[in-house]
Formats: sequence, structure tokens, C-alpha cells
Amino acid sequence: MKQLMLGNQAFARGLYEAGCAVASSYPGTPSTEVTEEAAKYDEIYCEWAPNEKVAMEVAFGASMAGKRSFCGMKHVGLNVAADPLYTASYTGVNAGMVICVADDPGMHSSQNEQDSRHHAIASKVPMLEPSDSAETLDFVKRAYALSEEYDTPVIVKMCTRVSHCQSVVETGERVEYSKPYACDIGKYVMMPANAKKRHPLVEARTAKLTALAETDAFNRVERGGSDLGIITAGTSYLYAKEVFGDTASVLKLGMVNPLPVQLIRDFAASVKKVVVIEEMDPIIENHCRALGIEVTGKDVLPIVGEFSQNLIAEKLGLPAKDACALDAALPMRPPAMCSGCPHRGVFYTLNKNKCTVLGDIGCYTLGAVVPLSAMHMTLCMGASISALHGFNKALGDEVAGKTVAVIGDSTFMHSGMTGLANIAYNQSNSTVIILDNSITGMTGHQQNPTTGYNIKGDPAGKIDLESLCRAMGFRRVRVVDPYDLKATDRVLKEELAADEPSVIISRRPCVLLKYVKTNPPLAVDPEKCRGCRACMKLGCPSISFRDGKAHVDATLCTGCGVCSQLCAFGAFEGGETK
Amino acid sequence: MTKNIMIVGVGGQGSLLASKLLGRILLTAGYDVKVSEVHGMSQRGGSVVTYVRYGDKVYSPVIDKGEADYIVSFELLEAARYVEYLRPNGHIVVNTQQIDPMPVITGAAEYPTDLLAKMEASGAQVDAFDALAVAQEAGSAKAVNIALMGRLSRHFDFSQAQWETALEQCVPPKFIELNKKAFALGRNE
Repeated sequence: MKQLMLGNQAFARGLYEAGCAVASSYPGTPSTEVTEEAAKYDEIYCEWAPNEKVAMEVAFGASMAGKRSFCGMKHVGLNVAADPLYTASYTGVNAGMVICVADDPGMHSSQNEQDSRHHAIASKVPMLEPSDSAETLDFVKRAYALSEEYDTPVIVKMCTRVSHCQSVVETGERVEYSKPYACDIGKYVMMPANAKKRHPLVEARTAKLTALAETDAFNRVERGGSDLGIITAGTSYLYAKEVFGDTASVLKLGMVNPLPVQLIRDFAASVKKVVVIEEMDPIIENHCRALGIEVTGKDVLPIVGEFSQNLIAEKLGLPAKDACALDAALPMRPPAMCSGCPHRGVFYTLNKNKCTVLGDIGCYTLGAVVPLSAMHMTLCMGASISALHGFNKALGDEVAGKTVAVIGDSTFMHSGMTGLANIAYNQSNSTVIILDNSITGMTGHQQNPTTGYNIKGDPAGKIDLESLCRAMGFRRVRVVDPYDLKATDRVLKEELAADEPSVIISRRPCVLLKYVKTNPPLAVDPEKCRGCRACMKLGCPSISFRDGKAHVDATLCTGCGVCSQLCAFGAFEGGETK
Repeated sequence: MTKNIMIVGVGGQGSLLASKLLGRILLTAGYDVKVSEVHGMSQRGGSVVTYVRYGDKVYSPVIDKGEADYIVSFELLEAARYVEYLRPNGHIVVNTQQIDPMPVITGAAEYPTDLLAKMEASGAQVDAFDALAVAQEAGSAKAVNIALMGRLSRHFDFSQAQWETALEQCVPPKFIELNKKAFALGRNE
């Protein structure tokens, strides 16, 4: 049956049909739905791992045991999982192992714009890159066969516009697959003597895969005109076809590592001019140049940002389309913390106390924007805690009592714990705030080891944050409700003043969770409101300023009552009062 | 020939169901269809956009400036923001509801005035109505998305029965009557 499926949904369908038995992932936009959708098939054991490195090692173990396995992550997640990847390339697999990595050109929801193809090249692992959902389903199934035939993990590279685009697919049936586990110390124990024997096999494998790339249907020529030849892959193929249709010849590369040689030479020789159209880094382009083929590429097309049909048309000298033009300057609408977000009270308090805040990755990164403006660094998952330690060691007494780290519960489990161990061990007078909203929020509500539920929503193991911090040696572990501004302010001041490291757990579930009961919306009494704008310092989307008075949007307000705690005139009515 | 519909609004307004409904009816009619949206950070109260493209063969997942045949907007300012994606004489179906963006909330900017007149002057054909009021009349403010789809449906050759069949495939049974009512009010009022 023909149906519309997200690229990520089609990926999960491919896992199902290929007989994948074990899937372990860490959520990350735009990859998250692959594993969420896979979890809907009872035949696949699925889990959220604490981080991508763990996930890849779980998938590796399952493959070694003889079951087809999977792990999924966003581009920066592959950095975390790079350690197992680079050596799993040496060991190879038993049953097939497929890795999803989803890039985010244009940085819709990411901290950098790295091109995952570099990891495939450096780890010497084959990488496939589908353009749409139907191709994703097909490539995932073929990736397993490739993995087993060539004894290697296989990466299927997605990106925002493939992962989050629904297009037409036709589904098939599941075929079960398993192999017996066979003890093979020389293959699986990567100590120097064994690894030295495996490395030449990796090089021979790349040569064989290159030969495959010359003829396999992953790579195809679509013959059009002979004046212009386009070499492209992934979404860039779609934009190129949108612009040029059948007027140009196209070499579409479905396998982006390793790249073919003779196929590209022959294609280039068949057209008058070659243009390489690829988003992000010039990898295909540099490959062509190394072969001595003259191409147009990043000399006209950007390395930065996402492509689109108009961008390609413009850069290649085609006329722009007529469009409607509005004669008005419009205010931006940047993302903002939701109404009733429990993080807001913490960031308001940090701003008020003029703290230097080393931040982390999650919804709460929005604490950096006006008017809260209470975050001064965000680097990568877990960096808040380790960087705070470094900051405090560097400046010592100068910054004591002024600097904090903030990190979410899921990010803390991902890679905050090791930074906290460093503080406990090497003793800096650091104050770490764990923003425990009892869910992985930014990626759309995934469970994690602190929530007590697994990916299917069934009861699971639950790590107790207070006990964990105490077991590491922290004597000062405080818990506050961020809706209570006075308590939050008092605890923050006490812990900053303390002469030893401490952890503050700011605990209140994400207001968007289904089980969270919100209060009736508040309303402003215009007689009492003096227009002092104290409540406007919260940056709450529900509160606006009209005709010199605060105004609450009743359709957005969750009645959290934080604003009413700031009002000296008692102008907010209804909701909950603290 | 590929046709292009953009659904725009503020993160959290419910554009997902609107695009699902369009995808369903267009696929049933035998078109190649692509529906693209962005999840994640931008959903947190930011400006959000969904692209729906259909035709014999659709390549690009996105709609670019000057390509949209229709824009359906959940909010007034967001309609104005994406006007330049509209081809000359393209249609805008817009909910007149206003939601202040953060720069307006903090006082760094004003919510622009006369947006409907400016959109008309831009070369767009504007159909503005209070979809929130229609949704509330149907029984729930959350049905704004379907009220807007009802209004958009006037531009398509599908019958009301075909739309209702597609709705039944997209909406849980307990919400179907509410959504059918919101759709009919948007379409016929």
C-alpha cells in the first residue's frame, strides 16, 4: 500500500523489514523519530541509552551476538560515539549493524553544522545517503546486506530535509535474520597484535567497496542534456532536479563513502561542463579534483547553510522567480521558553543574582536570550559542569560565589556525570544546578534514566539524582521548586556562599507533559497594575504590555504563578498563589 | 506541474494535523506528495512553517520564494512574514488572531499595523477571517487548524464528502464531529 511516511519513519520501517532485533539510541533532532517509530514494532527491542557511545556499543554487542542491530543519533552524537565506531570498523560485525546519523545543515536545532561524511571517511566505514523516504527504506534494508557481506558497520546518513519530510513509500514484509555467535578473539579483541592484523583487512575492504561503488545501483546516471553534468547526492539531488529537470545529466551518488573513480571519470567525459552540487563540505568536489577532473563547486555554491532550488538557480546564474513583496519591517519571532516552563524561575533568579552561567544543551539554552539573558556559554553535551570546574580553577576566589553550571536531567545522564566526578575528585568550589524537568524536553519528550520509564512508557530502572551526587562525595545536595522564587533565590545564595562544591536540583516536571495539571490562567487587574514592568523581566509568552498595563493571554497562560510573585501590587488574579 | 501550499504559524498551534489532512487527501487523489516541516528548537514558540507540495513528480521537499500557490496562516504576523514566498496573485488564507512575538513582549519592537492592507498591496489575494471564533463556535479553540483547512478547501475541486473521509482517517473518533463542524463552518461561512 502506498503511504506517506517521514524519512525517519521509513528508516524504522526499513529496520523492521530487515529483521533488526536490537536498537539503542540517544535522541537528537533530527534523528529522534527513527527510534521512536522503531519502538512501535514489538519485534524490535528498542531503548534509549544514556548517550550515543553507549548506544553504539549496545548495537555492537548485539551484532556480535548474531542479531541485526541499530543505533541512531544526530551529527554531533556521532562525535560521542566516534570511539567505538573507529574500532568497530576494524572488528567488523557478525550480524549486520546499521548506524543512522542525521545532519542538520542550516542548524535548525543544533550547535554546529558539521558534515558527518568526514567521520565515514576517517573511520573507513561505508556511508549511504538517501534522498527521500522510499530510498531510505530501500537503503536501510540493503545496508544490512552490505554490512554482512563486507564485514563492516554501515552508516546511513540522513539530514533534516530527509528525516522530517513525508514522501510516498510502499512497504514490504519483515524477514527474520540471525547468525550464531562464534568466539573469535582475533577479530573482536582489539589489542595491538590483533588490530595490526585487522587494519590491512579494512584497507582491502575499502578497495572492494570502491569497486562496488563503480557499478552498484546505489549510484546512478540519469542521462539528460550533454552540456551540463551534475554530480550530486542526498537532498542536493532533489534541488538540482527541481532546477534542471531533464535538461542536464545527473550522476546521483547514493553511496557517499567510498566514492567511485571510473564512474565519475566516465560521467565527466560525457558532458561539456561538470558541476558538483553538495550541501556543506566539498567532499565529492575534492575527490573529483584529486582525480584531475575540472569541476565547478564551492567556488560558486556556499559551504554554509542549507541549499534550496532558488539558491542553486541563483548561484548557477539562472533568473530569479517573480514573487509578492511586502512593504513592511517585521519583528522576528525567535523560539522562547514556553509559558509555565519550570526553567524560567531559575534563569530569572540567576539573572537577578548576576551569576556567570555555564550552560548546556536543551530547551534551557533559551535562558541565554533576552530578557532572561542568563547563560554565558553553551558548547556541547555535558560541557557546563566540566567547563565550570576549569573556569573556577582558572579564576579561583575572583569568581567564587558568582558562577554556576546549569544542565538538564537527560544531559546530566548523557555526559554530565563524568564532569561532576571531576569536581568531586579535583575539588573546585563549584555550584552545579541540575534542571530536573523529569524528561528529555527539547527533542520532544523522551524518557531517560532518571524518569523511571522506558521508551515504551513502561516502568523501568530509575536513577536517584540526590543519592548519585551524595555517592560521589557531595555533602551539599539541595532540592528546590523553581516555581517558588523566594526558595530558589535563598538556596542559590546559600550554595554560592558555601565553602565547598554543591549541587542544586531544580525539580518540576516539564509543563507540556500530559500528566502535568496546569492551573487556570491568571488575569491582570488593570486597577492594580502600575505598569512597572517587573513581570516583563520573565520573558513569558503569555504576558504582553498593552496601553501601559500588563496583559495575560488566557489561551497560553498555565497559571504557574511565577509572575504574581514578582508583582508588588498584587495585580495578578487567579491561578495558584505561593 | 507541482503545486505548493505553505502552512505557517507559531510553534505549538497545531499545523501537524492540517498538513496530515492535506497529505491524505492529495495522496488519495493519486498525486505524488511531499510534506516537510522542522521539529526541535524552532517549535518552542518560534515561527514555524510546513511545506506541502504535490503534482506528477515532486523533487524538492521545500517551497522557495515566489513558488507558493497558497499560504495558510494561523497568525497574522506570520502570514506577512512569508508573503514573499507567494507567486504573484497567489492566495493567502489567514487567521486574524495576533500572538505577540518576544521582541514585542519585551518592548524592543511593535506589532506591525495594517498588515492585511500591506499584504493585499504585495500582489497577494488575501482571505482573512477570525478562525479562532469559528473554532470556538464549533466547540474548541483547538480546531483553528481545521477551520482554516475548511476555508482553504474552497480553492480545491474535492467535495465536502471527500474532505470528511480524509478527516476521518486523520482524527481520532472522539474528535471527529468537532472537526467536521469546524471544517464545515470554515468552508461555508
